[in-house]
Amino acid sequence: MATNIEPKRPSPADEYGARARSFNWRRMLSATGSTGDAVFRLILLGSVLLILAIIAMMIYQMAANSALSLKQFGFGFLKGRTWNPIRGEFGALPFIYGTVVSSIIALIIAVPLSLGIAIFLVEQAPRRAARPIAFLVELLAAIPSVVYGLWGIFVLAPFLRVHVEPFLARWLGWLPLFQGTITGIGLFTGGVILAIMITPIISAVVRDVLAAVPVSQREAALALGATKWETTRVVLANAASGIAGAIILGLGRAIGETMAVTMVIGNRPQISASLFEPSYTIASVIANEFTEATEDLYLSALVEIGLILFLVTFIINGIAKLLVWSVTRGTSGTARAT
Amino acid sequence: MPVSSNIKRGVVALLLTSLLLLAAACSGNQGGGTAGVVRLQGAGATFPNPLYQKWLSEYGKLNQSVRIDYQSIGSGGGIKQIQEQTVDFGASDAPMKDDDLKKASADILHIPTVLGAVVLTYNLSGVQQPLRFSPETIADIFLGKIKRWDDDKIKADNPGVALPNADVTVVHRSDGSGTSAVFTDYLQKVSPEWKEKVGTGTSPQWPVGIGGKGNEGVTGQIKQTPNTIGYVELAYAVQNKLPVSFIKNSSGSFIEPSLDAVTAAAAESVQTTPEDLRVSITNAAGAQAYPISSYTYILVYKEQRDAAKGKALADFLWWAIHDGEKFARDLQYAPLPAGIVKRAEAKINSITSGGKPLRQ
Repeated sequence: MATNIEPKRPSPADEYGARARSFNWRRMLSATGSTGDAVFRLILLGSVLLILAIIAMMIYQMAANSALSLKQFGFGFLKGRTWNPIRGEFGALPFIYGTVVSSIIALIIAVPLSLGIAIFLVEQAPRRAARPIAFLVELLAAIPSVVYGLWGIFVLAPFLRVHVEPFLARWLGWLPLFQGTITGIGLFTGGVILAIMITPIISAVVRDVLAAVPVSQREAALALGATKWETTRVVLANAASGIAGAIILGLGRAIGETMAVTMVIGNRPQISASLFEPSYTIASVIANEFTEATEDLYLSALVEIGLILFLVTFIINGIAKLLVWSVTRGTSGTARAT
Repeated sequence: MPVSSNIKRGVVALLLTSLLLLAAACSGNQGGGTAGVVRLQGAGATFPNPLYQKWLSEYGKLNQSVRIDYQSIGSGGGIKQIQEQTVDFGASDAPMKDDDLKKASADILHIPTVLGAVVLTYNLSGVQQPLRFSPETIADIFLGKIKRWDDDKIKADNPGVALPNADVTVVHRSDGSGTSAVFTDYLQKVSPEWKEKVGTGTSPQWPVGIGGKGNEGVTGQIKQTPNTIGYVELAYAVQNKLPVSFIKNSSGSFIEPSLDAVTAAAAESVQTTPEDLRVSITNAAGAQAYPISSYTYILVYKEQRDAAKGKALADFLWWAIHDGEKFARDLQYAPLPAGIVKRAEAKINSITSGGKPLRQ
C-alpha cells in the first residue's frame, strides 16, 4: 500500500476523529501512529490471542470431559497400573512410562545421528554433495507416519528381531533392559522407529543453526592452529542453545507420535524392565480406543489420559528448557533455533 | 499516489463483491437443486463399511431422489450419534446394551444387515494342513495357560501334525473393535475362567500377547513373527489368503470358516432369537454352524420425526435386506438366513412417523 509508506500528513478527517474521541487507537497500537502499523499490530496480536484461546479451550474442554474420571480415581489415576475397560478400572502409569521411555530411546539414537549428519553437511561435505543429501534427509520428514508404521511392521521389526535384538541380548543381556523373549515388537522397536522419524527434523534444524555460526569463529579457531575437530567443537559450543532447541522440537514430535508407534510397540499396558517387552503410549491408546468407547467413565478416562499427555509434554519441555538454560548460561548463544 | 491506490481499492471492492455474488448464486443453486432430494446421514461400524458403501452407490443409481452418506467412525461412535440424534441411522457390530437403549430419547430398532465371522490365523513354518482347535484350547492359549506349540492339548486336536517346540506368541487387536467383542463373547461362553477373569468387550484386558492396530496390524505382526497366533475378520483372512483354523463347534464337529457356515450359525439360532433381534450367535448349535459368528446392525428410531426422511430410510433398509444381500458374498459377508429376513421385514414395517406406518 503506497499510502502507508508516506510520512503521515494529517487530513481534516483524521484531525476531526482525533478530537472527537478521547484517545487515538492508532497511537495506542503503534509508536508512529500510522494506520498500517496499527493494523499490522492488531493482526499479530490477534494471532497470538487466537492460539492462547485455543489452548485454553482445549484444557477447559479436556478437564470438563474428564470430570467423571477425575472424581472417581483422583490421583490414583496417575499411579494406577490397571487398564480394564470391561470392569471400569483405569490407571495411566503404564502409558506414561511407555511414552517417556520410548521418547528417551528415540533421543538417545537420534541426537548423535542428527548431529553427525548436520556437522557433516555444514563443516565437511563439498557443497555439491551437501545439497542433495540434505534434501534426501528432509524428505524423510514428509513421509506419513502410517507409512512408517507399516514399514516398521514389515521391514524394521523383522530386521531388529533377527539381527539387532539377539546381538543386544548376547552382549548386554546381563542388563535387565535386554532380557526376555525376542519378538521384534516392543518398546525398543517403538523407540527406534521414533528415532528414524525425528532425525530429519533435528538434523535440519541443527544444520541451519550451525550454518548461522559466523565464519569468523571458524577462521579464528583455524588461525589459532586448531584442527578440524577442534574447530567443530568451537562451532558446536556457539550453537549449543540452538541445538538444544532442535532436540526439544524432535522430542515434541516423539511424544505425540501415534500411528507409527502403535504399529510396532505391541500395545500392552505394562511396566517391564525389558525393552523387548511390549508397551503402550498415551497417544496410541487414545487413537486405538476412542472410537469404540461407549461407557461414560471409559470415555472420561480416555480424555483424562489426553490431559495427562498435555501435562507430560509441558513438564518434559520445562525440564528441557531448564537444561538448555544451564548448559548455555556461560556461552553467548550466537545462533538460536527457537 | 492517491489515484492509483483508489483504483486498486476499486478493483479489490469489485472482486470482493463478485465473489460474494458468486457464493450467493452457488448456495442458491444448491438449495434449488436439492429441494426434491432427501438426504440421509449414517455413521458407525467400520466392519460393514465396504458393503454399506457399495449399497449406497448401487441404491443411488436406482433411486436418484435419495442421497445417503455413511461415515465409518466405529460402533461406539455410531451408538453415541444415534442416541444424540445427530444422524438418521447408526450402525453397530454388537447390539446396544440395555443401558445404552435407556439413554436414547425414544425406541431404537435393531435391523440386522449381514453376518461376519472371526477366524484364528497363525504363522507356523512346516505346518501344511489347517490347524484344528477345540474351544477350551483356544481359551487356554489366550489366557496364557498354554505356552508352547507342542502342548498336549493342541496335539490332541491335531494328531499327526508336527508342531514345533516353540513358545506361542498371541497377537490381538489393540484398537477397540467389534471383532474383539465377538471373539471375547465366544470365549466367555466356552470358558468359565475367561468369563471370570476377562469378560467381553471391544477393548478387553488381554492376559497375554501383543496388540496390533486393525486387521492389517494383527496380520502384519503374525506374518512377520514366527510361532504367532491371532484372530482377524473372515473377510480379511480370505482376501489376504491367510491360513485359517478349523474350530470345534458345540455339536462337536470341526468347522472350516466359510460364508455358508456363518449363515448356518444364524439360521440355527432363528428360533432362539429374541423379539428385538438383539442376539449373540457365538457358539451356536447346529452341525454346520461356525461358532465365532455375529450379526452387524443398523440402528434406527422406531418413530421418525420427518415423514419424508423416515420413508426414504425404511425403503432403503427394505432394499438392503433383500436386493442388497446379493452384493454381500462378493465382499465376503455372509447374507442373512431367510428366517431372519422375515423378522427384519416386520421391524422395518413397524417404523412410523406421527404414529402412522411409513411402508404400507
